[in-house]
Amino acid sequence: MNTHLISSSTKSFITRPTGASNSTGWYISSWGAALLVALPVLAVFYLALFPEENIWRHLADTVLPVYIITTLQLMIGVASFSVIIGVTTAWLVTMCQFPGKRYFEWALLLPFAVPAYVIAYIYTDLLEFAGPVQGFLRDIFGWQSARDYWFPHIRSLPGAITMLTLVLYPYVYLMSRAAFLEQSMSLKDASRLMGCTPWQSFYRISLPIARPSIAVGLSLVSMETLNDFGTVDYFAVQSMSAGIYDTWLNMGNLGGAAQIATMMMIFVVVLITLERVARAKQKQFHSTDRFKAIQVYPLRGTRGILAFMACLIPILLGFIIPVILLLVYSASHLDQFFTTDFLQHASHSFLLSGGAALLCLVLAVLLTYAKRLNPKRIGLTSAVRFSSLGYALPGAVLAIGVIIPLAAFDNWVDAIMRSQFNLSTGLLLSGTVFAVMFAYCVRFLAVATGAVDSSLSKVTPTMDMAARSLGMSPGKTLLKVHFPLIKGGLLTAMLVVFVDCMKELPATLILRPFNYDTLATFVYQYASDEQLEQCALAALLIVLVGIIPVILLSKSITGTRSAH
Amino acid sequence: MLRKSLFAFATLTTALTFNTAAQAEEVNIYSYRQTFLIEPLLKAFSEQTGIKTNVVFAKKGLLERLEHEGRNSPADILLTSDIGPLFDATEKDLFAPLSSDIVNQNVPAQYRDPEGRWIGLTSRARLIYASKDRVKEGEITSYEELADPKWKGRICTRSGKHTYNLSLIGSMIAHHGEAEAEIWLSAVKENLAQKPQGNDRAQVKAIKEGVCDLALGNSYYFGHMLTNEKEPEQKAWAESVNLVFPNQNDRGTHMNISGAGVTKYAPHPEAAKKLIEFLTQEQAQRYYADANFEFPVRPDTPRSALIEKYMSNFKGDSINLQEVSAQRSAAAKLVDKVGFDN
Repeated sequence: MNTHLISSSTKSFITRPTGASNSTGWYISSWGAALLVALPVLAVFYLALFPEENIWRHLADTVLPVYIITTLQLMIGVASFSVIIGVTTAWLVTMCQFPGKRYFEWALLLPFAVPAYVIAYIYTDLLEFAGPVQGFLRDIFGWQSARDYWFPHIRSLPGAITMLTLVLYPYVYLMSRAAFLEQSMSLKDASRLMGCTPWQSFYRISLPIARPSIAVGLSLVSMETLNDFGTVDYFAVQSMSAGIYDTWLNMGNLGGAAQIATMMMIFVVVLITLERVARAKQKQFHSTDRFKAIQVYPLRGTRGILAFMACLIPILLGFIIPVILLLVYSASHLDQFFTTDFLQHASHSFLLSGGAALLCLVLAVLLTYAKRLNPKRIGLTSAVRFSSLGYALPGAVLAIGVIIPLAAFDNWVDAIMRSQFNLSTGLLLSGTVFAVMFAYCVRFLAVATGAVDSSLSKVTPTMDMAARSLGMSPGKTLLKVHFPLIKGGLLTAMLVVFVDCMKELPATLILRPFNYDTLATFVYQYASDEQLEQCALAALLIVLVGIIPVILLSKSITGTRSAH
Repeated sequence: MLRKSLFAFATLTTALTFNTAAQAEEVNIYSYRQTFLIEPLLKAFSEQTGIKTNVVFAKKGLLERLEHEGRNSPADILLTSDIGPLFDATEKDLFAPLSSDIVNQNVPAQYRDPEGRWIGLTSRARLIYASKDRVKEGEITSYEELADPKWKGRICTRSGKHTYNLSLIGSMIAHHGEAEAEIWLSAVKENLAQKPQGNDRAQVKAIKEGVCDLALGNSYYFGHMLTNEKEPEQKAWAESVNLVFPNQNDRGTHMNISGAGVTKYAPHPEAAKKLIEFLTQEQAQRYYADANFEFPVRPDTPRSALIEKYMSNFKGDSINLQEVSAQRSAAAKLVDKVGFDN
């Protein structure tokens, strides 16, 4: 068993051997990247500090307490249920043997492909008064109007918690499953030898070791919850992100909106700190024996059925039912698929999401590796953390944060060119595909960094030491030593970002070029007008495209263990 | 010979240049109106004039994009579905005055900025939809009566901060002053059957379902519901309500507009002017009336048969929309203050 606890002396060894200049290059470029990504966040801070009309007092006196309490309830609700579902199912499919396990391994990730706003629209259709469920109940019991009986109200805070949990728990599942798979079997064996029951071994050994990964998953869930707008808007839940839109669009006060957004970022800083505390307490690395096959607990009879149901229900509610309904809706609009417009929307979605995913991955590796090379430079660590704040900005606010620096840059270049060469360059970046991709990067870099960081941190520093003492540069070490080891993690990072980008809506709407539709904007145009049938096909395609990476993802994670 | 061929060459080049210029003529639109609503109109415009149209649609943020892009913005026209953004853009000095005799002739002064910075293209009334079964005819006749305690637990509406409601509340402030409007609004809040949610159609549906008896909604939704072949259940919603045009005995029903403005730094101001003129002409006005059940701003354009049947001869509030818009921010604060959406 080779579990090393890292000490400060080995840490600094990573940076020591081959001259300072190499890691300094990494240091500077990562600072540059972090600052670039932080620009939109800084722009929002600027708006918050210098509003045109300051209404903070009014907000604090009236609606802000409601926003904060609602947001906390929403986050705690979604986080709790996501952990319960995500960790339980991950443990079951990794450590136990029961009917259907092989399918559940990847199927549990499927709800991740469904955008939250789509699932919210679908369940409202299904469960509201005029929907088939209540209609059926009325037929049976002979009720006439809504006043005759009680039925849970789907458009409510508990409704929003349910919808968000259904599509967000896969984050926790993904991360904890990866962690369970990577755990050394010898630890579990040892705990069993010392007399632990399977449950005790789970609680005392597996769960604590998986905690950092669960924390990563959980912080992603919380941040997604924090900036969800589609669902809370549709369900009239007054969360902070709903409050931001409200203050901006209905009160016409962008400064006030930026102030609430800034407050929301404080929430995120707290979340990130919590995650870091959870991770910092322990670090352990494994070398050889992770490749020993996992010995699973066979579950038979009732226990097998229970495990089966526990895995089936989240998939049924989060994927199967919504997809069936989308299929039914789109059946009457199948001809749409063959129009050039539709294919063009799809290609736009792929182009934007693919480009952004690649860009995000490069930035994430740069930032994470630079941090590894310079563990003692606190400034860099904070800069990396700061660069992930974009994840907390609701899409539309982020879009304004992107517009301000890009337009300023464009107009600055234009002014120089005009005065020097009497030549107008116009808008170089604003209103281009680049602006949209940049926004995606700012928004989803945190997802990529989280995944890359958690893979890279599992590679034992002895690898760096060996490579570097053999004379490899940091860059070469990364390419030749780390890449092969963390391939799975990199792929995960890229695919998660890709799917997230496919679903992104508010920033895309505001920043896109002329005559430019993606699948998501097409869906939104109709769904926001409560005409889901018109766009069910496009919604279905977003979901289907989301499935491909989900399956690959699951294969690659399983592969990290079984390939050897 | 040489001279001749040179001349021919020059003519050819000129012709070519002109030709490409004509082809390259285009107009760029930032639109708050949904694409599928304006696409047929833009297509007709391109066919008639040869001017290409380019559109970005979003429900929010376009005004900010225009503002920050500044003098290099490619946008020629901002198209909106409400007076709110038109007013804000005018305040922020983002529009250029449009002087067009055609527009001035087609659009009544009430529905355009005196300097031509914004132009109304269609109008709509904000109605009270009342249950046929549970509300007697004449039982409610004004917005003010929504505050009557007899409606306790019987009124539905979308968010108080939705732009349509903000304009309505803004008009209450403009007519009665802020203090009185606040008393009114908090009394209406007391009468709500449920927390404000959904869109205008969803309120009519709630009446059909027995959740409430009165609802606020824009006029064109009635036409959409009554003729909805894709979701025939919407016809039943519309058939379960009577239309009440409030305040017929005094100032008239609250009106709002959809409209447009030419941007200050428009790269194609001539094409933009042509498009706005086109939108105020008979053909476009008629399209709005027939396809979207809105009221044409042009007084001489006939309304759709359906509108004629249900909504003829009502009195609209003739207050200048600028006065109403000026109160929108105060209206939003009132909504927060009385906790209307909580």
